[in-house]
Amino acid sequence: MTKRIDFQTNPSMYRHWRVDYDGDVANLTMDVDENGGLFDGYQLKLNSYDLGVDIELADVVQRMRFEHPEVKVVVMRSGKDKVFCAGANIRMLGGASHAHKVNFCKFTNETRNTFEAAEADSGQKYVAAVKGACAGGGYELALACNHIMLVDDSTSSVALPEVPLLAVLPGTGGLTRVTDKRKVRRDLADIFCSLEEGIKGKRAKQWRLVDEVVATSKFDETVAERAKEFAAASDKATGTGIALNPLKKTIDDNGSIHYSLVEVDVDREGRKVTITLNGPDRDVPASTEALEAEGDQSWMLRLAREFDDAILELRLNEMELGLVVFRTQGDPEAVLAHEAFMLANKDHWLAGEILQYWKRVLKRVDVTSRSLVALVENGSCYAGFLAELLWASDRSYMMDGEFDGDNRPVATVTLSDGNFGPFPMGNDLTRLETRFLGEPEAVGTLKGKLGEAMEAEDAMEAGLVTEAFDDIDWEDEIRIFMEERASFSPDAMTGMEANLRFAGPETMETRIFGRLTAWQNWIFNRPNATGTDGALQRYGTGVRGDYNMQRV
Amino acid sequence: MIDLINVSYDTQIPNNVGLSSDKRVLKALEKWHPGYINWWNDLIPQNFQKSMVYLRTAVSVDPKGWAKFDYVKMPEYRWGVLLAPEVEGRVIPCGEHMGQPAWQEVPGEYRNMLKRLIVIQGDTEPGSVEQQRFLGLTAPSLYDMRNLFQVNVEEGRHLWAMVYLLQKYFGKDGREEADDLLVRSSGSEEAPRMLGAFNEETPDWLSFFMFTYFTDRDGKMQLESLAQSGFDPLSRTCRFMLTEEAHHMFVGETGVGRTIEKTCEVMNANGITDPYDIDKIRDLGVIDLPTIQKKLNLHYTLSLDLFGQEVSTNAANAFNAGIKGRYMEHRLKDDHQLKNDTYPVWDFVDGKLVRHEVPALTAINMRLRDDYTRDAAGGVGRWNKIIEKAGIEFELKLPHESFHRQIGVFSGKTFDPDGNLLSGEEYDKRKNDWLPTHADGDFIQSLMKPVTEPGQFASWIAPPKVGIDNKPGDFEYVKLYMA
Ligand SMILES: [Fe+2]
Ligand SMILES: [Fe+2]
Repeated sequence: MTKRIDFQTNPSMYRHWRVDYDGDVANLTMDVDENGGLFDGYQLKLNSYDLGVDIELADVVQRMRFEHPEVKVVVMRSGKDKVFCAGANIRMLGGASHAHKVNFCKFTNETRNTFEAAEADSGQKYVAAVKGACAGGGYELALACNHIMLVDDSTSSVALPEVPLLAVLPGTGGLTRVTDKRKVRRDLADIFCSLEEGIKGKRAKQWRLVDEVVATSKFDETVAERAKEFAAASDKATGTGIALNPLKKTIDDNGSIHYSLVEVDVDREGRKVTITLNGPDRDVPASTEALEAEGDQSWMLRLAREFDDAILELRLNEMELGLVVFRTQGDPEAVLAHEAFMLANKDHWLAGEILQYWKRVLKRVDVTSRSLVALVENGSCYAGFLAELLWASDRSYMMDGEFDGDNRPVATVTLSDGNFGPFPMGNDLTRLETRFLGEPEAVGTLKGKLGEAMEAEDAMEAGLVTEAFDDIDWEDEIRIFMEERASFSPDAMTGMEANLRFAGPETMETRIFGRLTAWQNWIFNRPNATGTDGALQRYGTGVRGDYNMQRV
Repeated sequence: MIDLINVSYDTQIPNNVGLSSDKRVLKALEKWHPGYINWWNDLIPQNFQKSMVYLRTAVSVDPKGWAKFDYVKMPEYRWGVLLAPEVEGRVIPCGEHMGQPAWQEVPGEYRNMLKRLIVIQGDTEPGSVEQQRFLGLTAPSLYDMRNLFQVNVEEGRHLWAMVYLLQKYFGKDGREEADDLLVRSSGSEEAPRMLGAFNEETPDWLSFFMFTYFTDRDGKMQLESLAQSGFDPLSRTCRFMLTEEAHHMFVGETGVGRTIEKTCEVMNANGITDPYDIDKIRDLGVIDLPTIQKKLNLHYTLSLDLFGQEVSTNAANAFNAGIKGRYMEHRLKDDHQLKNDTYPVWDFVDGKLVRHEVPALTAINMRLRDDYTRDAAGGVGRWNKIIEKAGIEFELKLPHESFHRQIGVFSGKTFDPDGNLLSGEEYDKRKNDWLPTHADGDFIQSLMKPVTEPGQFASWIAPPKVGIDNKPGDFEYVKLYMA
């Protein structure tokens, strides 16, 4: 699987999903094209999915928020007769490299989290209307919806058959949401997760696996009714959507990517990539009307889209670039002004969505399994939400004092209200709260420095950057750090960083990306699942996987 | 006093690294320099600081004229930063990067390993000066006093050499490590020197000679293997340090030799033929040969401990990384990577000492220690020639490497100097025959009377055959400051 994966799509290109808009309700139909797999060698039977299917879903969810702010309820259903969704395609998983599997799971997890959070974030509630078999990743799709309706036809069931059938885990949030979100009793969950055929009808409701069980004859009607009810109860801010047009980007032969505001500079020999985010190239919108009129061209939205795309490109297409270097260049004052406009208008649907989008993009950075380092150079604009990158990174280095022959403004870091709430991490704390877990009072002290452009000494004193180096040391220290980082085992780096990044309380999200994912990735490396006689390879042959029976 | 404010580095510090145009290191050295001067001033007794000492100062790396002799007050000694000339096209001589161009900058991957090696080497340099700080007060002659101070200032220069590398190539961390080299101090409870042998006392001049013969020779072996480093600045630094180190071992070898010579001479003059007639010999104001053997046993074995564990992953890593080679790596005829080679290493099996083969890569320390033992045996042979020539029946011997060890496979076990395993009880009974006792120390100490007349020597030591810089026998090597 070495072909370049493109994360950009649009409704005219969809092969697997359909959306029908009905006022404040959108009907989202999953109807996977068997022959539309992203790679050769498998057919997407029974509404099973691969990364290509999920890229479309992510696009649906994103457009729902920006292009269809009028939608308050999204009903997810199947376009196939006897099956809701059979989950991730097994043949695809069997043939995929470990790295692809891991990144596939991460991306699908992020998409699930996104539509699950859409209700709380912007009042778009996803409802699963389940008819037919809803198994594995299929049930995980439903689990991420905030209301599950199951038809009571004595056949349709919900199931997490991964363990008995495939010797892997329901790793797209399944195990976590059953207990943490649905709050299924632990022993019942244990039964449920070892039961190939799943649970149907009343018992599914009793065990809290679904919210409603509805007779076949009344199903469509009840689903429609429920959708209307939910829509009526929502006080979502609405408006007329904007179009998300294709990003303007060019890719060089060496893999470097150029967007309008983001530069991705590949250094293959150094196994690193530098992502430069450029500050505002246009004024703050004069009003929310002006913001809407700018459509997808407003600075903060364009930057988010380009940055998001860049991260995804690196994750799936550039596995060998282990070190990501963040840079920013621009006017910090202008950054703050744009952010302040969005924060002041956060109840406006579009400003709100842009802020929410930045929250998601920054979370995507948090869970990116690359060594992340932020360089605060002269001329940079780490202010407000862009300063979050300093604390999303594993380390940050700042220029200190005058640099020979460098006439850019001296490096600064500026805090804003944006650093104290609107962009929490997966652990529900802000990055500053997470950073200063051992000295919570430091966060309060920092609030007193809002708007203050802190130079290296102050930023070091405040604990906002890892190290500050002057003209004399900068180049060498940075070079040596990068060389050292590139020399470590990528696996150990991934493990170390993932552990250090998420201090503090566990949430469903941290449990999914930390605990569930780590166990799944371990199992993905074990012969019982992925060996030549393992369950994934043998799936469909009628012969069970040959297990090594030693408990580890 | 040196003018600390307007230090002119290109004149005060001889160097061939373009210090005056290297803003970064210049700044770091300016910060470090006063601390160094304070360290020196607090260390050496004041009247010596003010005395004029006939010292050689390294002024270039030209093999013909690298040193120049003159009277100088030690605090004004021109501690220089001198690297052996760059060898055109030098490549990494060993390990997995063998054959690649030698690194001119620190490779990030090995930064910490390199830094650790340099810090350990750097820590020994001031350590020995600290150990020897009071010896000037009991120097057996002005000639010897001058040699002591020469060794001291050059160890100081070696510290500079390591500090230069730390400051030039290791950024902020390197500067902190450079500062810490002045914080640790020999024998300190709070912050001792890193290696055991550098926290032992050097209580008398025989110890000093033994130390410079045996322990400086460990330094030589370490420098030899660092001179093979793929990190070129380290290699060049160590190559130049080795030219100075030779003199330190000369001081040790001739010092012990002159002590032996005097003992034999006095024995013969007084008709004593039995070297074990200790009391009689001591009464004549010279050190008996069995006591010299005990001192040798002590210093040799302490020095062996400096080579670390026989089988060592650290050493293997450093070799494989190409940052530390073997003794005379360039003359060895093998793959320089030790992919399939083995090397015999001492082990202790069923109460018996055996040597068995282990992967050569892990036995780098053992090999270097064997090279050291061969190197150290040379001088012992020359000492025995002196005894033989005097017609006395006695032979000095390097003890077996299992004897009196604190590190490695032999540590914690009691062997005699021939390598026989003894019970603890047996060992305790006899150890006074093999290692210096307090009484031995007291006796040696009683001989440590300063002699400050030019051309005169203490009772227990013979004059040298030739003077330093070919000066005549009564040359005033130190013009003592009289308050
Ligand atoms: Fe030295
Ligand atoms: Fe020395």
